[in-house]
Amino acid sequence: MDLGPHAFFIVAAYAATALVVAALILNAVLDHRAQVRALADLEARGVTRRSQDASADVRPQPSALHVPGSG
Amino acid sequence: MWSLANPTRFMALSGRLLPWPGAAAAVVLAAGLYMAFRAPADYQQGETVRIMFLHVPAAWLALFFYLVMAVSAVGTLAWRHPLADVSQKAAAPIGAAFTLICLVTGALWGRPMWGAYWVWDARLTSMLVLFLMYCGILALWRTIEEPSRARRAVSILTLIGVVNLPVIKFSVDWWNTLHQPASVVRLGGPTIHPSMLYPLLLMALGFALLGLMLHLAGMRTEVLRRRVRTLAILEAERLDRQAA
Repeated sequence: MDLGPHAFFIVAAYAATALVVAALILNAVLDHRAQVRALADLEARGVTRRSQDASADVRPQPSALHVPGSG
Repeated sequence: MWSLANPTRFMALSGRLLPWPGAAAAVVLAAGLYMAFRAPADYQQGETVRIMFLHVPAAWLALFFYLVMAVSAVGTLAWRHPLADVSQKAAAPIGAAFTLICLVTGALWGRPMWGAYWVWDARLTSMLVLFLMYCGILALWRTIEEPSRARRAVSILTLIGVVNLPVIKFSVDWWNTLHQPASVVRLGGPTIHPSMLYPLLLMALGFALLGLMLHLAGMRTEVLRRRVRTLAILEAERLDRQAA
């Protein structure tokens, strides 16, 4: 396909878009994997919210969505 | 909507839904790209009109995701909806990415058509302000450690930035700009020939589906991140008690 005298600009626009979209998808996949791995590590060490219910004096967080440091 | 505020329910439902917008985005974007390169060259822009099939949908989604953030900010400030903050945080990088695509493709179109990558035109400048708003919001989240303060600050900043949305939309009407006026979303109907309008709309649908998938995926990751932090804090407290 002949893109004419401005082919560079057209190809660059599509390449830049592909790069940004790929980076967005890659970041989403890697971030998700990192969180799943971190959660699995903590659970493997026996850290669960339920275990805190059963143990002594520390009350569990009311919701996983309102946690100090989760900003 | 409120029942989805339960993170466990949200995770279960979004996990089942997530593959569908992803698969649909791939199919629609493939069809859109095929049609975009089959569309005739424009009588004025020539082949560079093909950049518009990326630039215009990216601009629409840049504005749309800011609107999503603004609605989420209201949800955070007014109702303290548990998922509103999660939604806002997940939407920010997606909106920033679409704004970046819009600015870069616009510059690459501007050089052969206007003779310059950039002019301080009202539309271009207001889009740059939108990109800076996204960057500022992302930075603010990382700056404030205390989550309730961060939520409030980011929500307020997001709502202040809403002022920029009508400026972007109507800048081409309010000021004498180099950027052309609206040719699709306008009262008199689109002024684009269907041979170019349909690929444009298809690409916009594909970008929207991609954005929806990324937003859902981002929200799921954010919920997981908060669970990790909860457990990390509980573990630290347990270790403190054992040491005491």
